[in-house]
Amino acid sequence: MEKTIEKFQFIFLVAGIGFFVLAFIVSGVVTVNALSNLPYTTLDEMSQDVGPYFVALSTQYPQQFEKYYPGGPTPENYREALKLARDTYIGEACWHCHSQQVRPVANEDVRFGPVSTAAEQQHELMMPQLMGTRRVGPDLSREGGYRSNDWHVAHFYNPRSVAPTSVMPSYSWFFDGQQPNKKGLAMIAYMQWLGTNVER
Amino acid sequence: MTVAVAKRRAQPVASIKPLINLGLVKAHIIAGFVFLIIAMLMGIFYALQLNNLYPFPGIEFLSPGRIRMIHTNGVAYGFIVNVFLGALYWAVPRLTQRRVLHDLLGWLIFWVYLFIVLWTVVGILAGYAQAVEWGETPGAFTANGTWLFPIDELVMVGLVLIAIQFLTPIFQFGSKQPMYVSLWYFSVAFIWVILTYAMGNYLPEFIPGAGGATFVGLFIHDLVGLLVTPLGWGMMYYFVPALLKKPIWSHAVSLLGFWGLAFFYPLQGVHHFIYSTIPMFAQFGAVVSTVAIEIMVVTVFINFFMTLRGREIAPVTNMPIRWFYTGMVFYVITCIQCAVHVQFWAQEFVHFTDWVVGHAHLIMFGTFGFWLIGITTDLWPRVLGRKNWWSPALHEAVFWMCTIGLASMFVALTSAGLVEGYLWKGLAPWEVSLQSVRLIWLFRTATGLLMFAGILLFAFNMYMTATTPEAEETAANLVPAPAK
Repeated sequence: MEKTIEKFQFIFLVAGIGFFVLAFIVSGVVTVNALSNLPYTTLDEMSQDVGPYFVALSTQYPQQFEKYYPGGPTPENYREALKLARDTYIGEACWHCHSQQVRPVANEDVRFGPVSTAAEQQHELMMPQLMGTRRVGPDLSREGGYRSNDWHVAHFYNPRSVAPTSVMPSYSWFFDGQQPNKKGLAMIAYMQWLGTNVER
Repeated sequence: MTVAVAKRRAQPVASIKPLINLGLVKAHIIAGFVFLIIAMLMGIFYALQLNNLYPFPGIEFLSPGRIRMIHTNGVAYGFIVNVFLGALYWAVPRLTQRRVLHDLLGWLIFWVYLFIVLWTVVGILAGYAQAVEWGETPGAFTANGTWLFPIDELVMVGLVLIAIQFLTPIFQFGSKQPMYVSLWYFSVAFIWVILTYAMGNYLPEFIPGAGGATFVGLFIHDLVGLLVTPLGWGMMYYFVPALLKKPIWSHAVSLLGFWGLAFFYPLQGVHHFIYSTIPMFAQFGAVVSTVAIEIMVVTVFINFFMTLRGREIAPVTNMPIRWFYTGMVFYVITCIQCAVHVQFWAQEFVHFTDWVVGHAHLIMFGTFGFWLIGITTDLWPRVLGRKNWWSPALHEAVFWMCTIGLASMFVALTSAGLVEGYLWKGLAPWEVSLQSVRLIWLFRTATGLLMFAGILLFAFNMYMTATTPEAEETAANLVPAPAK
């Protein structure tokens, strides 16, 4: 009987399932439960307030904008752009080199802006979360309004044209020729949206 | 069992059906090394991007961001899991004295698994990755709302099949009598990976922000801690006593190591998000359990190095043993580093930097890569029915190229991480931090090339061993026999 601890059933049930479920509850379920009273915002609600930079894009690139977002900078188009940009941000793995969280240490609030809170991340563009674990480039969670649309166009097309030491690849497939396409317009709208839900 | 394992090179038994399907072992090892070469090549491409020397700029399907995911996923799923599966087809039948459930199931798993890894590559290159580190494999629920690449579901089916394949003999053997240490680790790894994969690939899609990050952290950590680590140590507990022809030093210490890993490892995931928006109690808990597991790491380390006592020359003379013990040294370095840099004061300046990248390379290549190369060094001639490698001397070169390459890459990335961390904290302009590590990144590419050249030589040796006819073959003494 004292050898039970070395038999399959005991190991499988206690270590294999028991300890995993214990950790799942202690680390995961309890943590999520602690955040459950924070209000959650859907993309529909967020896109009601069309960002000024999205409106500006419609006048800066009128033909491209009309082609890909017919009807002008409406909430529906803004919603579509933000969603496409979020999916592109994930598919291109932007989040492997850019974080979206400002930590309360290492002078990050001086460099990037207000420290991130759990409440500000309870929205559809943070589902799945994009906090990131590596910074080759800077944090993006306070990017909105920090730079102009023109800067982003130039930067996506050729990062080294505006940031000479950058190691970011060129995203020429965000463009038709030199004009931003649907993805390009969406990505710029998303960059200009990031952090606009935070008081500054 | 220990005694039985020590009597591994048993006499030929022609009358009974062989325990091991050598074809499956061979197929998984070949697939593993093909993916290792592909994945390392992708890593070199990505390193070249950081040097602004990327060979395919402006091509959407070869975007460096996507290439990076092929590197990490290719190494984890293509190389590590594949070679582990090959080694399991060798070790489990010997340890349980039973065949795995079914050979045809084995081939089904092999081809389904190959399809999954290739389809993952296609899905990622086409831009359908998921936002979970090491879980980028596209799932049906994401990918722009389409159902184009439901790979995650196929992976779940595949993992269940693998569990059935190996847990059947383990259950038949281990439900009636105490099992050897290796089988403890194998028993839990298969169920852990199913639970981990389901958790990491589905929950973050439905839980926003910090809550989702908690499960992403658990997934990243559990994939290493609850799949690769138990399989790795299980293999070490099998191969090291077998090759040294002596039992492991202490059974009691093995127990301590196993139960320590099983209890503390699953609790650590949140330590990938220290100082994030995840509630602080979860972060503190993760740090405490991360430090706690170091005790277990030390016990396992002591156990294996005490086993070496009396055979201190073995790492010099015996190539697999040398890979194993070098890997263990790297393992201990990684784990001690982990206990230090998980602390809040260290996370302040090493998080987000190249320090972490160096840490990841040290554990994945330095430990598990080395162990798998060591296992292959032992198994490859055996599964081919040969007495030795085409060129045993070439192993020497491969070993030193990989060891020097990896160690210098680790030093380079660690120092790059410190430079970045302090410059960021010191509020230097971002360009300064990039400029300051420019030369280190060039050096890092060179170290990667050295490791890659070593692996190419190893693969060449594998190829030559398989194709060059041997002078006088006595296949009889290479047919595996059941352990007595």
